[in-house]
This record gives sequence, C-alpha cells and structure tokens, in this order.
Amino acid sequence: MAHPVTSTSTPAIDRPQSGLALGRLARRPESGSFLGMIAVLLFFGVFGGSGFMSAAGAASWLNIASEIGIIALPIGLLMIAGELDISVGAVIPAASLTAAIISGHYGLPDWLGITAALGLGLAVGLLNGLLVTRTSIPSLIITIGTMFGTMGLTLGLTVKIAGSTGVSLVPDPFTKEILGDYLGGMFQVTILWWVVFVVGLFWLLHISPIGNWIYALGGDKESARNVGVPTKRLSIGLFMLSGFSAAFVGVSEVMVYQSAQVLAGQSFIFNSIMCVVIGGVLLTGGFGSVVGIVFGTLTFSIVNQGIYFTSLDPNVGSVIIGVLLLIAVLTNDTFRQLALSYSSKKGGRS
Amino acid sequence: MNDKPAILELKNVNKSFGPIDVLHDISLKVRAGEVLCLLGDNGAGKSTLIKTLAGVHKPTSGQILMDGQPVTFVGPSDAQGRGIATVHQFGGTFPLMSIGRSFFVGVEPTKGWGPFRIYDRKRANEIAVRAVRDFGITRIDDGDRLVGGLSGGERQSLAIARAVYFGARVLILDEPTAALGVKQASHVLRIVNEAKRRGLAVVFITHQVMHAMAVGDHFAVLIRGAIAADFRKGEKSREEITDLMAGGETMADLEAQVEGYMETHEGHPPSPQVLEVPAAH
Repeated sequence: MAHPVTSTSTPAIDRPQSGLALGRLARRPESGSFLGMIAVLLFFGVFGGSGFMSAAGAASWLNIASEIGIIALPIGLLMIAGELDISVGAVIPAASLTAAIISGHYGLPDWLGITAALGLGLAVGLLNGLLVTRTSIPSLIITIGTMFGTMGLTLGLTVKIAGSTGVSLVPDPFTKEILGDYLGGMFQVTILWWVVFVVGLFWLLHISPIGNWIYALGGDKESARNVGVPTKRLSIGLFMLSGFSAAFVGVSEVMVYQSAQVLAGQSFIFNSIMCVVIGGVLLTGGFGSVVGIVFGTLTFSIVNQGIYFTSLDPNVGSVIIGVLLLIAVLTNDTFRQLALSYSSKKGGRS
Repeated sequence: MNDKPAILELKNVNKSFGPIDVLHDISLKVRAGEVLCLLGDNGAGKSTLIKTLAGVHKPTSGQILMDGQPVTFVGPSDAQGRGIATVHQFGGTFPLMSIGRSFFVGVEPTKGWGPFRIYDRKRANEIAVRAVRDFGITRIDDGDRLVGGLSGGERQSLAIARAVYFGARVLILDEPTAALGVKQASHVLRIVNEAKRRGLAVVFITHQVMHAMAVGDHFAVLIRGAIAADFRKGEKSREEITDLMAGGETMADLEAQVEGYMETHEGHPPSPQVLEVPAAH
C-alpha cells in the first residue's frame, strides 16, 4: 500500500485528553444503558428490601442474566451488523433435546451429546447465514422461517424418538461441574461462562480488526463490500456464532435442570433483543458495544427478578420492562445525537 | 496536457443488463492531473458508467485500458488494487463510526501477531487526521469523532483524503457536491483541485454545470447512455452545456416558453401544467 501523504506542516495532533471526558462519554454507546442500570438497581435496592440486596437475590438475577446474556451478545453483534436472528428461540430447546436424547435417552457419553448439540447450533447458524447472504430476504423473515423449521423438527423427532415432549438427562459429575453446577449453592456456573463470552466478544468487537468490519457491515453493507470487507463470510460467521451461543445455553440448561422441554426457549427471542436494545445497540445497525449489551442484560434481569422482591404485583415487571425499553431507545437516540454533534472545541480551529 | 497518456481509458464500451442497453459505445480517456467531468441528467447512465469504471460491472463489450494495457476488473477490490477509488455522494458512508475506524475499514492497522493482532486505534486516528489535514481541513483534529458529526464537505474531504492515502491514481467522485450548500461545495471543489494538483486523474460526476466548470479540464455529456458531447475547457458555454444535458434544446425552449407566458400574463410565471415540455426525444 502506498503512502503518498507526507506529513509536512502538520500541527501536533496529540492533545491533552482532559476536557474531552464528557464528549468521549457521550460518544460511547453504553452511556445511556449504564444510567438505566444504575436507576433500576437503586429502585429495587430501595423497594426490594434486604432480600434483593442479599447474595441469593443477586444470584436470582445473575442466573437469569447469564443465560440471556450469552445469547444477547451474539444477537447484539448481529444487530450491529444490521441483521436479526429469531431462530435462537428454537435452537435452545433443539440443542437441549439433542444433548438429552443422545446422552440421556440413548445413554451415550455426555461429550458426544454436547458436541452434537453445539454442532446443531452451528448448522442452523450456517443455514441462516447462507440464506441471508444468498437471497435478498430480510434476516428477520429467514430466521423466523428457520425457527419454525427447527421447532417442528425438534418436536417431531423428539416425540418419534423419545415418545414424549420432554427428555431427562443425568449428566456425569464432570459435565455437571463445568456446565450445570451451582457455585456457593446458588450461583449458576453459567455466570462464569457468560464472563468468558463477554471477554471473547469484547475482544472480537472492540480489539480485533474484525470488529471494525462488523461496524462497517452494519453501517453500509455495499460500501463495506467495496472496501474489501468479506461481508458474506462475516455475516455467516456471525449467524453461526449466535447459533452456537444459543446451543450453548441449551446445553447448559439441560445440564442445570437435568431435563429438556420442546417448548423452552421462546422467551429468549424477545428478551435477548430487548437486552441488546436497552444496551444501546442501534436497531438498524452500525452502533453499539459489548459493555452496553452487558448493561442492558443486567438491567433487564434486575427488573425481571427484582419485581419479586418488592410488594408490587409481578405483572408490573413486564410493564416496567416495556417502559424501560422505550425510555432506553429514546435516551440512546439522545446520546447518539450528542455523539454525532460533538466536536472538540479545543484547538478546533488551529 | 493533452499529450499525456491516459491512465484509464474506455474504448467502445457497451453495457446491457439483459435486454436493456444502458451504455452505448462509450469511449473516454482520463489523464493524470486532469479532471474529467461527466455530466448527465438522472437516468443518463452515469451510475452504470461509474460502476463499470470502478469494477463493479463488467462491460458487455468493449475494452478498459489502464496505462494503455487492456485490463479486466475481477471486482471492485481489484479495481481499487489498481488504484481506482470511488467516493460516493455522502462521502464517509459509515456515519456512526469514528474517523479513524472508518478511514481504515478493511485495511485496519494492527499491532501484535497472529491471532492476537489487535486494531491499532491510536495509529489509525493519527494517520487519518493527518491525511485529512494535509488536504487543508484543519477543523478535524480528533480521530475518535464520529464521521456523522462532520459536515458534508468535511466528509467528502475525508473520503478523498482516504482514497489518496491508499494510493489512488484515479479518483471517481460521484456527485460530491450534490447534497452540499454553496460554501461546503466550494470546499470540495478546492479539494478536487488539490487532488488534481497532486497528479491524480479525477472523474467528476455531477449535474451541476457550475461546479463542473469550476474544476473541469475535459467534459463529457452523457444522454441515454451515450456520449452526446465531448469537449475541452472553454469550448462551450454554461447554457450550451445545460441544454445538452437536458437533451437538446429543451431548456432553451422551456425558458422561451416561460418568458412568453410571463409577457402575456403580467409577469406571473406559469404553473407547471401549462408548460408542455417536449420529450427529450
């Protein structure tokens, strides 16, 4: 690559970073969701009493958060890239049942069931990715299609093989320990796996060069392709990542609850999208952050579980989440406008 | 300047999509340090022509030559690799990305090795800011700013600076001034002149004759996919060019009609329905 630009007469670019803090903060996609999280934490801290603040209270929402969180992260990346994935709702029970049928019903080794389940997730992701990149059908529609397909096959095959819509599985001690255990008797080991996903995807989106491609893909697919981003491979990879993550959650669910149900997982579709949107990801793509998605997931889970610690009717929780979603979108829009209009005053006209 | 060899040349290029012929027998030359203005109304085939130049479309027949050698572009990245850069109407097309990040999309500077290569934000920002400042846009000094926060002219300048930084020899500017105000547009025109001064071959697509005349050395008017006129600076007046673009004498006819109407109607202009504009053909 040629570098014909010579650096003549260029004033110093490095400037003191102070005085930019506010602008920098406003520019971050997670600013809004951080405020939201603090707000619900305070709210339930006050109204939820000591139960909410106790370790058991924290465990109740962290357990929920970890499962949604593992799915919300790749969904968030997909949304930043301008796509949606609804099929996760069917991949979770499909993966649970695959593991349960292979390792429980047929009594084969756990690793085989787990590998098959994760492979299934990757396969559905691959199918989604191929369909999205080879056709002009929106990913929303394609993944609704693959969701119903996966759901129907799961139900049909499970009934055919196992004779019922639920299959139980008793994992061996090692599998139980790494995937289905409770730390301190209350914190699901899934929380640690969530941390692994957060670190991995943070690296992918914010540190590795691939992250830049994801933003570019969501910003403008055609321009991204024109500047040499392998947009198709990237989309397929992201769909496979979300399929894999959904399968991972399916597997860890079956290890925790020791049984798999055909209709588990539907709630994850909307919940994961809500976590992502509350977390500041732009629905149309191109903007968002992993930290924001984590904040969004925590916010969602705190409201979801915190409501049980208050004297409020639990149904109010759904209302709060609905309102929260709208507030989140509005504040995130505001923050985004701030980020766009922000320009440094210092040295601006040198 | 006339005797300089052309960097990029189209020879009798035709392009059709299925049964629809879009480009007819286009022959063009783009020389280093020269601005070729492609003028044409909407639907005249400008976009198809640009995309053919940029390697997005392959000509159905005819030849593309670079430095006198026939070439076939495998795709847009191939054309880019050979030094043909396209800048679209809205410049930076990633409004929600930072200046540094959008500058290096697809060719991110990294540090570290192997699978642990990480995006080098500091270096990306530094290079991006310096490149655009060298084009005289001193208002840009922070590579973390979002592209969407820049003015239209600044975005265009950033995109042009980017193309030049990555070694572009031919710069295709697709309606760079169309969405801009007067001041911003003059900004961009200055940058076009700067690119020309640096020896780039510029293809400037526009339907604003004034902008074309401000920077152009060579003009080609495209009508219905064919080159209707091909002339050099100073050979035609603004009115002549406008008429050509509108498809012959239509513009002059229209003006005469309006004037005639106003004379007979106490100076009021006619409503659009009153005018019967003859079809372009």
